[in-house]
Amino acid sequence: MKSYNINIKPFGKQAILIEWPNKVDEQILEDILQFQFHLKQDHLNEIEWEMVAAYNSLTLIHRDGEINFSKFRRELKDWYSSEAAPVVLDRYQWNLPVCYDSEFGIDLSVVAQALKTSPEEIIGLHTRHVYTVYGIGFLPGFMYLGGLPKSLETERRAEPRLNVKKGAVGLAGKQTGIYPQDSPGGWNIIGNCPVPIFNINNDDPCFVNVGDRIAFYQINKGQYELHKIEAEVGIYNIEKIKINA
Amino acid sequence: MLKVVASGFFSTVQDIGRFNFRNKGVPVSGAMDSYSAAIANSLLENESSDAVLEITMTGPTLEFNEPTYIAITGAELSAELNGNGIKAYEVHQIRQGDILSFGKLINGFRCYLAIKNGFKTEEVLGSRSFYKPITKLNCIRDYMELNYDAVPAFTPKIAEVKAAPFHKVSGLEVQYGPEYGILSDKQLEILFSKEFSVAKENNRMAYQLNETIDGHSINMLTSATLPGTVQLTPAGKLIILMRDGQTTGGYPRILQLSKKAISILSQKKYGDQVAFEMS
Repeated sequence: MKSYNINIKPFGKQAILIEWPNKVDEQILEDILQFQFHLKQDHLNEIEWEMVAAYNSLTLIHRDGEINFSKFRRELKDWYSSEAAPVVLDRYQWNLPVCYDSEFGIDLSVVAQALKTSPEEIIGLHTRHVYTVYGIGFLPGFMYLGGLPKSLETERRAEPRLNVKKGAVGLAGKQTGIYPQDSPGGWNIIGNCPVPIFNINNDDPCFVNVGDRIAFYQINKGQYELHKIEAEVGIYNIEKIKINA
Repeated sequence: MLKVVASGFFSTVQDIGRFNFRNKGVPVSGAMDSYSAAIANSLLENESSDAVLEITMTGPTLEFNEPTYIAITGAELSAELNGNGIKAYEVHQIRQGDILSFGKLINGFRCYLAIKNGFKTEEVLGSRSFYKPITKLNCIRDYMELNYDAVPAFTPKIAEVKAAPFHKVSGLEVQYGPEYGILSDKQLEILFSKEFSVAKENNRMAYQLNETIDGHSINMLTSATLPGTVQLTPAGKLIILMRDGQTTGGYPRILQLSKKAISILSQKKYGDQVAFEMS
């Protein structure tokens, strides 16, 4: 694994930001997750410290205390440069069902027109690619996904909707993603995923972690209704594949 | 149990916050003016993590069905017990059937009602702080009930404390945010010499400020944000994230408010003046 030139910046009294080169890059993300793993395992207590990894950064937030910036910065640099050999991290690919029927994919035909293609071709492209989770934020369980093919890049809607339904699968710019809850939003909606990404009844409310991958597969309306009920009563098993196995 | 006779404008149950789920996009939440909430809890010799009611601008009317003790802190909201004015920042005994109501907002914006041993409302992901849809409700509703322990007798060690004068303070103590370095001399000059006023867009998620500074054309990758993070939009607008603020964002984070400054700002309403002070 190559080592990057990391930049450490102050973020108020209780947090510190570690920055990697400003790029959306799988190897950078892997390096961030490796460092996060070592920090948790060897250096920082998980009760006192929260860690938020996103794209090219890792933010360390102390629960109560104040950070001595220059001392902590030196320690982090030392820990990073003396990091042990990379470990195999548990990362998963989650295969999520999506119903692209017009009832859910309310912007599918508009997007198809704008991209000069057919709804079938859009569904084909959307389900053929695998997306990397570069961050989780904005809303509880909202995944920032990278890896959208150029041919699916679209403009946001000129007028955002006041209420996009929970589970809506959207396209906007270089991004695709799932609305984890009812929310206002300006993305083009092409389908709906019946399985909740975020569930407060689980010890870990969001099964996805930064660094995981997401793939979508098409289901029909009947399967959608069935999976929705299965998910509600807690008997739906999401397909997952270990990436690093 | 306590019955909400009338819910008022916007009141929420809050504790010190919901920790350890920021990596899943869950805001910290918790009392906006954490100092005033902590004072109310300490008067009652509660745990610092006990839940209080955060009352914004216009108070509710509450009927107590069990004896207990309460303390009120933060914004001055003309509290009355059974129609008689009661003082804030001291402990009051509550008897079964007592009615607590609030009147005119005298100063500040958020008032805290603490109850002996804290409110025992539903705990979700380690916290009782309201944040929809993590919790079912975003604020209290008419006729709903809030649970608490019956406490017939309690002798407080401290009967009364001085009020935190946050409504009188306009200075917000700040430290460097990660993108502080992008600021030009001109932007810095304006940020630290001018007063800014709170915009209409102010709530538990974020406070926007009316006055702008020069904008920027920096395109950054989404990264973590915190309560108290001051974001600068490309158009030069300043947005200060608060306790329910999103956990990631894409705008440069130029400054970071101290914990105390978040409390001070939480007592500001539309039109109030604030000034940044680098510490």
